[in-house]
Amino acid sequence: MNLKPETLQRIDEVITHYPVKRSATLPLLHLIQEDVGFISDETIEWIAAKLELQPINVYEVVTFYPMFRRKPIGRRHIKVCRTLSCALSGGYKTCETFKEQFGVELGETSADGEVTVEFVECLASCGTAPVVLIDDDLHEKVDSAKAREIAAKIKAEAAKNAPVAR
Amino acid sequence: MPAPEQRRIIFQHIDEPGYTNDIDCYIRNGGYEVLKKAVTRKPEEIIEEVKKSGLRGRGGAGFPCGVKWGLVDRKSGKPIYLIVNADESEPGTFKDRYIMHQDPHQLIEGTMISCFANNVKQAYIYIRGEMPHGARILEKAIAEARAKNFVGPNILGTGYSCEIFVHRGAGAYICGEETGLIESLEGKRANPRIKPPYFPAVLGLYQCPTIVNNVETLCHVKFIAEHGGAEYAKIGTPGNTGTRIFCVSGHVQRPGYYEFPAGTITMGQLLNDVCGGPLPGRNFKAVIPGGSSAKVLRFGERYKGKRKVGADMVDYDWGVEDVPMDFDSLAMIGSMGGSGGVIVMDDTVNMVEALANINAFYSHESCGQCTPCREGSLWMKKITTRMVHGDARPQDGALLKSVADQIPGRTICAFGEACSWPTQSFYLKFKDEFDGYAATKKQPKPDNALELV
Repeated sequence: MNLKPETLQRIDEVITHYPVKRSATLPLLHLIQEDVGFISDETIEWIAAKLELQPINVYEVVTFYPMFRRKPIGRRHIKVCRTLSCALSGGYKTCETFKEQFGVELGETSADGEVTVEFVECLASCGTAPVVLIDDDLHEKVDSAKAREIAAKIKAEAAKNAPVAR
Repeated sequence: MPAPEQRRIIFQHIDEPGYTNDIDCYIRNGGYEVLKKAVTRKPEEIIEEVKKSGLRGRGGAGFPCGVKWGLVDRKSGKPIYLIVNADESEPGTFKDRYIMHQDPHQLIEGTMISCFANNVKQAYIYIRGEMPHGARILEKAIAEARAKNFVGPNILGTGYSCEIFVHRGAGAYICGEETGLIESLEGKRANPRIKPPYFPAVLGLYQCPTIVNNVETLCHVKFIAEHGGAEYAKIGTPGNTGTRIFCVSGHVQRPGYYEFPAGTITMGQLLNDVCGGPLPGRNFKAVIPGGSSAKVLRFGERYKGKRKVGADMVDYDWGVEDVPMDFDSLAMIGSMGGSGGVIVMDDTVNMVEALANINAFYSHESCGQCTPCREGSLWMKKITTRMVHGDARPQDGALLKSVADQIPGRTICAFGEACSWPTQSFYLKFKDEFDGYAATKKQPKPDNALELV
């Protein structure tokens, strides 16, 4: 597991926030997922050793919390809220639009590895429904038209970053 | 009668042009002055003011904050912890998000005053995993406050030291339940603890006395420390003091957050005058008044009973529009004020679909510890899902009610109630729609029908 030096530094700092090391389990999982992209078996064992736990202690946490992933996802992560207030305001249509735009099914990553589209439960911004969390940024009032705009922007950025074909 | 004016205490600066979440902006607006005074007082005085204020917790249950603080075991010799419950995840509720994003220092000041009053040396802000941006804002704000000696060792030279750290959740609704939150903060699955006797005030985080307060509640504490409990109690109505923030979402013209003295505004004034009424050409059908687990109310229905006004008992006969938006009035008509999340549904909504959406949420979020909740929430979801997918059976409505009735009171935490109340109330209030589903399932949907599942 190759963690960035700043991740390792942050990990050591975070552990000092708690009188009991085990409390740092969630923060460590977040930090490593942000760095590596997902939680592997190796990560679970590494955290267990770091916090003086058994791997099962970390594994049961990983499987409980929906935000931790066991597999890599696309470079961009689109999470559409599916809970009531967003659904009342057209969240399902928004999600359909994203799926069409990237040619993916829910939970799948697009063929170019760029985008993963998911439905998630409440994002706590019901007053500006429907809302979508893309990576760390919340997008509000995302109707189908706005979803198409966002998709176009993501595609343009992906094209810019893609390696030039020989 | 027109709606009363908003009175913004907690949301005073939120959305104000030019107001930023920077500490300098906060200090320019009088920030941290209350903390400076508070740390020169006796901690018991502040607790006394909070008790006098009648402040009820804003996380959902409405438990009196002063009473909660009074339960703390101060003689154990163990450290006392304070946890800010920023895991706002009840669908329909979004007030804490704006406090943390736009006015984080108000929360930090309220937290520090509460820590000082309760002799807390270590506080954690447990924030939802879905709010990475909010967590970064809070971390920056705490660093700013630490640099100015409002947080950390020897605060303002008084000899009192206290640290705050931000702890991110990872997408589990049950972390909003205070003992589930504590388990999560200890690095485990967020399985709520059996209680009593293990109230967090006695045995909480690391088996030490622990206070868990909602974000908004701690901001009210700041106001109380500034103006006194008696002044605070003058706002609102007896038993429902202070202001109340309502988060309105769904089918109204102007969804958003609105702050009013508690009990001074009725549902009708809130939805019609403040939120602009139903969308063009539509009518209100139903409203959930306190987050999606609160029991649904049906427009057109009358709610009758007796209530206390002063020393007298008087009859009330209310339509939904007439109900004052406070904890007690909403409880009287069989629902609850909860976390203030008001979800409005108009006549385009198919109530079976709406319930299917809610059931999908609760079955996803059950922690799985207690069998009635784990199996029951999933069973209810399966029934409502098959109903909306056209496979309804004639007995499904009655079965739904039977499953929902078996869950509450049989689980460790209140999630059992939270997941059964929607089903019980939707079935009770819209029985015809549920019972008629098997017969009407082959009918085409109207053009304006929504997709909720």
